[in-house]
Amino acid sequence: MSQTHTSPAADTAAGSARGAGGAAPPAARARRIRRDDVVKFMFVVPAAVYVALFFGYPVVKNIIMGFQEYTTQTFFTGEAPWVGLANYVTAMSSQLFVPALWNTAVFTFGSIAGQFAIGLALAVFFHRKFPLGGFMRAVLLLPWLLPLIVASATWRSIMELDGGVLNQTLQAVGLDAVPWLTDPDLALTAVILVNIWVGIPFNVTILYGGLQEIPEEQYEAAALDGATGWRAFWHITLPNLKGVISVVLILGVVYTLKVIDIILGLTNGGPANATQTIAIRSYQSSFVDFEFGVGAAFSNVLILISLVFALVYLRTTRRSAN
Amino acid sequence: MQKTPARTTRRRLLSAAATAAVVPLVLTACGGGSGGEGSDPDTLTVLDYYNNEPDKSLMQAAIDDCGAEIGVTIDRETVPGQDLIQKVLQRSSSKTLPDVLMLDNPDVQEIAQSGGLSPLSDYGVDTSGFAEGILDAATYEGEVYGIGPVVNTLGLFYNVEMLEEAGIEPPETWDELEAAAEELTTGDRYGVGFSAVATYEGAWQFLPFMWSNGADETDLTSPEAAEALQLWVDLVDSGSASESVLNWSQGDVKDQFVAGNLAMMVNGPWQIPALEESGVEYASVQVPVNEAGTTPIAPLGGEVWTVPVTGDDAKQAKAAEFVECLSNDENQMEIAQATYKVPTRTELIDDYVAEVPSMQAFADQVRNARSRTGQLGTEWPETATTMYTGIQLALTGQVSVEEAFEQAEQG
Repeated sequence: MSQTHTSPAADTAAGSARGAGGAAPPAARARRIRRDDVVKFMFVVPAAVYVALFFGYPVVKNIIMGFQEYTTQTFFTGEAPWVGLANYVTAMSSQLFVPALWNTAVFTFGSIAGQFAIGLALAVFFHRKFPLGGFMRAVLLLPWLLPLIVASATWRSIMELDGGVLNQTLQAVGLDAVPWLTDPDLALTAVILVNIWVGIPFNVTILYGGLQEIPEEQYEAAALDGATGWRAFWHITLPNLKGVISVVLILGVVYTLKVIDIILGLTNGGPANATQTIAIRSYQSSFVDFEFGVGAAFSNVLILISLVFALVYLRTTRRSAN
Repeated sequence: MQKTPARTTRRRLLSAAATAAVVPLVLTACGGGSGGEGSDPDTLTVLDYYNNEPDKSLMQAAIDDCGAEIGVTIDRETVPGQDLIQKVLQRSSSKTLPDVLMLDNPDVQEIAQSGGLSPLSDYGVDTSGFAEGILDAATYEGEVYGIGPVVNTLGLFYNVEMLEEAGIEPPETWDELEAAAEELTTGDRYGVGFSAVATYEGAWQFLPFMWSNGADETDLTSPEAAEALQLWVDLVDSGSASESVLNWSQGDVKDQFVAGNLAMMVNGPWQIPALEESGVEYASVQVPVNEAGTTPIAPLGGEVWTVPVTGDDAKQAKAAEFVECLSNDENQMEIAQATYKVPTRTELIDDYVAEVPSMQAFADQVRNARSRTGQLGTEWPETATTMYTGIQLALTGQVSVEEAFEQAEQG
């Protein structure tokens, strides 16, 4: 009977289930319920183990490290003396903390604003059908495929003061060369511009997906009422995209807060600390100064900020679900 | 509730799938423990960061020779330079350090402090005759933890053609450097280039100017350090050096020199293979000093080979033998000639210069070179950060040269 339908592998794997199938009706029900629970449990186990191992452990470890004097020595001896809030005091009393916090805010807000505005514009643009539209949308994804270290090295040479393509172009049209990466007043802007470029594909892809979901009928109905162009965008596109937009923005914030490779590749936090962010402070404390406890304190500050945005996200999605 | 055969089948498949999903996890968990290091007594594991050619193969030859000489097979692993310390720390905590470990010299004391290295005197390794600077760098609490076959340092490279064209002699003093740089600056070309980037490279490049002027890394607020910083600021402000020095690594400086955008550059002999390949006619002198007649003092670079504590005494002894072999006279000369670096045993330097005359300036520089960690030990990373931050603050005109390092120290 039923056994003949199952594959041999499933048969062996199900193991003891063999007996329960046909025989002994009274006891079987209780056992079957328990077996159901086991099956359910086993489906949860991989995810739970994964989350505990790869999310829970690092986060807990990082929080604990923030309270320890964790140095190179610790790796060998395993000894990390408890120092209470000393690492947080070191991190927050450093002269760079407030500027780094400010830079993190400017970097995150600037990047997200640029990525989102350009991403949405491009998504709406590509939503119209036109020849080669699909191909160009694919080309748009290229920055996403490029390893960040390659992207930042390329942009560094593009933004080079004397021989960079960008400045040569500016000079060709009669403008002055701009010290993109060497002027402390400009470097953060330059880094934001590159990060916007990196983030556009992500925004376009998700927003374009959201646009596809909007029923064409709504636009047709609105057109009958005279709402086209901007009014259609404002009253149909945006309200329909609300959920997608909140996902894009929240993920964008969390991704952007922790950016280090682009900044390291472009300026290393310089010139004169102009592009120091909390993420860069964390990296440099840990892997340049070997003060892992202080590095952990910085990244815990970052986790806390991310957490606030995650909670905002949960609230908004719950509200829209209700 | 009616049970159909199809339903039972589906449930079985589900439980099979669940089992299949869990089993690999369990298996990997078990596998983690058993996969330790090969404990073959005749094999030494070696970890270094010479992961690029030609250095990779050159070192491989020396490593194989030494393995054969002491009768062991070598299992070598190379990682990119910036990953080495992370790898070492990771392996320290999992107790899987290699038998022989190469370290960049300023990192030795940091790792020795952690207790992960064993002193070479335990195995009777002879460390006499080595350049003092490199021994200083590898010494922690009175014990030497590593030696290496070759060292490098910094000098001033110049484009022979450009200097001849302008009728300029290679500069020996700061005044001459400033004058020459100014004269050599034309159109798209800058007179001189160096790296003032916001990494240790920036600090390292500043050291010869600072040290030769009598400043000391234990007191960066001294007038001597400020004078050296003023020189860099003047070079950039006058336009003889590009503002881009703030973002140039030493590799970028070399690229600019090769491209003909720089007439002179501060750089190290490890760039020579690339310079040879480029066809640029270059030569080198020692880094210019403030007052004629002062001895130029440059920082000592280079890697040393150490014996990590692995708990296997017999193997550690073998590893020490290997480290000693790698730095013997023959290997020193061979590796130095092949990689354009300078032998670490000072008595070999004359023979070496006789063989490779173009290395004269660097060889002279090594005799008086100082290590970065000789005085500061594990405080070096912090001081280096203060140095490059101060340099950047001054070069961008945010603070005066007198206040630059003081301001950077508070950061």
